[in-house]
Amino acid sequence: MNVQMNRQSRYSLFLTKLVAAFVPVIAISLAAMTPAHAVTVTIACGTNGADFEFCKRHTGEWAKKTGNTVKLFSQPISTTDSLALYRQLFAAKSTDVDIIIVDVVWPGIIKDHLLDLKKYSKGVESQHFPAIVANNTVDGKLLGMPWFTDAGLLYYRKDLLDKHGLKVPDTWEDLAAAAKKVQAAERTPAAADFQGFVFPAKAFEGLSCVALEWVASYGGGSIVDSSGKVTINNASAVKALNTAASWIGTISPNGVLNYAEEDTRGVFQNGKALFMRNWPYAYSLMQAPDSPVKGKFGVAPLPKGGAGGKNAATLGGWQLAVTKYSKVPDAAADLVMFMTSAEVQKDRAIKGSYNPTRPDLYKDKDVIAANPFMASLLDVFTNAVARPSTATGIKYPEVSQAFWDATHDVLSKKSTGEEAVRKLEGRLNQVKRNKW
Amino acid sequence: MNNRTRTAWLFLAPMIILMIVVAAWPLGRSIWFSFTETNINDLAASRFVGFENYFGEFGLFANPNHSEGFWRSDWGVSIRNTFTFAFFSVGLETLAGLGVAMLLNQEFRGRAFVRTAVLVPWAIPTIVSAKMWGWMLHDQFGIINQMMVNAGLIAQKVAWTADPQYAMWTVVAVDVWKTTPFMALLILAALQTLPKDCYEAAKVDGVHPLRLFWKVTLPLIKGPLLVAVIFRLLDALRVFDLIFVLTSNSSSTISMSGFVRREMIDNGNMGYGSAASTSLFLIIFLAAFIFMRLARVKLSEESA
Repeated sequence: MNVQMNRQSRYSLFLTKLVAAFVPVIAISLAAMTPAHAVTVTIACGTNGADFEFCKRHTGEWAKKTGNTVKLFSQPISTTDSLALYRQLFAAKSTDVDIIIVDVVWPGIIKDHLLDLKKYSKGVESQHFPAIVANNTVDGKLLGMPWFTDAGLLYYRKDLLDKHGLKVPDTWEDLAAAAKKVQAAERTPAAADFQGFVFPAKAFEGLSCVALEWVASYGGGSIVDSSGKVTINNASAVKALNTAASWIGTISPNGVLNYAEEDTRGVFQNGKALFMRNWPYAYSLMQAPDSPVKGKFGVAPLPKGGAGGKNAATLGGWQLAVTKYSKVPDAAADLVMFMTSAEVQKDRAIKGSYNPTRPDLYKDKDVIAANPFMASLLDVFTNAVARPSTATGIKYPEVSQAFWDATHDVLSKKSTGEEAVRKLEGRLNQVKRNKW
Repeated sequence: MNNRTRTAWLFLAPMIILMIVVAAWPLGRSIWFSFTETNINDLAASRFVGFENYFGEFGLFANPNHSEGFWRSDWGVSIRNTFTFAFFSVGLETLAGLGVAMLLNQEFRGRAFVRTAVLVPWAIPTIVSAKMWGWMLHDQFGIINQMMVNAGLIAQKVAWTADPQYAMWTVVAVDVWKTTPFMALLILAALQTLPKDCYEAAKVDGVHPLRLFWKVTLPLIKGPLLVAVIFRLLDALRVFDLIFVLTSNSSSTISMSGFVRREMIDNGNMGYGSAASTSLFLIIFLAAFIFMRLARVKLSEESA
């Protein structure tokens, strides 16, 4: 890409700056001895410090065992940026990265650039959740091995709910009422910035996940249905978005409009919020010995949309895949199999609260002891709502972006829920043109 | 003579080839892409569509699907945002830069040190300073909110970068902080070339300093000042990094370059994105052309 840099096409200059600033390749030689046939495999992993350490340790074990060398590649924190980066690497048929982390919504978008792992997995994929394997299988090819799964969860401050005689909210209305009450009581002059509820609402993929949970919990469908019809323009979706907009400036700070997941964790972990919507990874970080909220918080399913609604959590999760352009596909596939093995998934579950993709591990007593919520909320993980990435295929990024933009407009009070979904419907049909 | 010409071409050849490889070819390819429908997924599978990306049913301009008018469409909003940003940031930077340059042109102790210190914001990479300001302006942990609350200026912490009504002004403020040193430096260079005798004569005649500034200093540095403004204007019209890092990057604060990036990189629409980047190039070119024309007309009026 760098060769194409030129003065006139200004955007490539920015691009280069961006790539240089966000994506430092951190190369760490892990092999002590290097046999003659040994190869170097580059793996993308670790978007936060703890994750990076896990990655370093586990790939190190593999390197020691096989005598190969592993290079670690830090991908951008935002999933949106990661996908963009990988698509550029693919367009250039780059051999820089052999193994990439694939978001649950990507297989349909980047299917042409990933290696079929069936040859290497030898049927071991049957030990993982069938729904995730099905998601990773496109046109009969197994494009990624499940690494960990995710679903949206409600984190709450146990101590504060007990103190005010409240129970864990069952509906979003209960949550708003509880947040209002506790926020009013806890906002002392010393803690004037105590918040009721924090969630990621920056205009990025994470907002699509959160907003889909609201819409689905009120029975408003999943933006585009499985037949490809745009379904977002309905009264339940309007209700969901307007409800969420009513939180901004009352129980949630205006700042959430620029928060990603880690920003919300920053607020919650410092004891400055009653509720937080986040993924399971936050659990072990907040249980760390130096965490101010250690032992003071609990995890519950996200509330229902009104009394007649349902609990809805967006399905997340990551897979490991080998690119078609890799020069060392055999070694790379072997590393993928190692990283997704029960042994590594168990270690990541216990020390990092990354949800395993193997049902057996949910019965493992060490895993349950470290993460009680994994057993009690098992059905949240198995019944999570999928984003409409299968129906919309290669156009999913545009669909998601239109959805998060519409949501961001409603949350920042630039438009009402009614207006936003009507405009979004038109916009999505424009994205769709003749077919997805 | 013929021999000399041949030698000249020989010496120029490496540079010309380099320019073709790194400038002409990519630019031409980008313009070519703008007439095709191409997805980043498979660049080889592009389809020629003529002016569809510009004026077609789903194009940038004259799109019948823009039910609320062009200026409410994403591309229209990004053009408006970019020009708002450019107008205010360049205007404020010029004024602030002029002020700083006038001060630095005075004789005082430690002038050399201050001159160097002033350059610090300009020396920090934009990504770094944007991230830094992002943390300082953070609505929960940010030091700026804390200071303003402590001083009693605001009752509630303000989400400077998230709230759409403040986000654009926050970006302008950070850009002014960053680029004032650049303007100051260029203006200072112009000030130092001014002949001393004009000022000595004015001193003898007892001309008021403000009048001296309007009648002598400003006309004399007008040329360099306009060059500096043009530089900044071109720079500001293609703003990207500051907005991308500092704000939530939703459609309401997006700039033209941000729109191009979003279409090309996030959405993978190489064709449509290239059409936007070609339009961006033409819009900046036009803006610079109009500005230079206006500046020249003014100059000739005064000399008449």
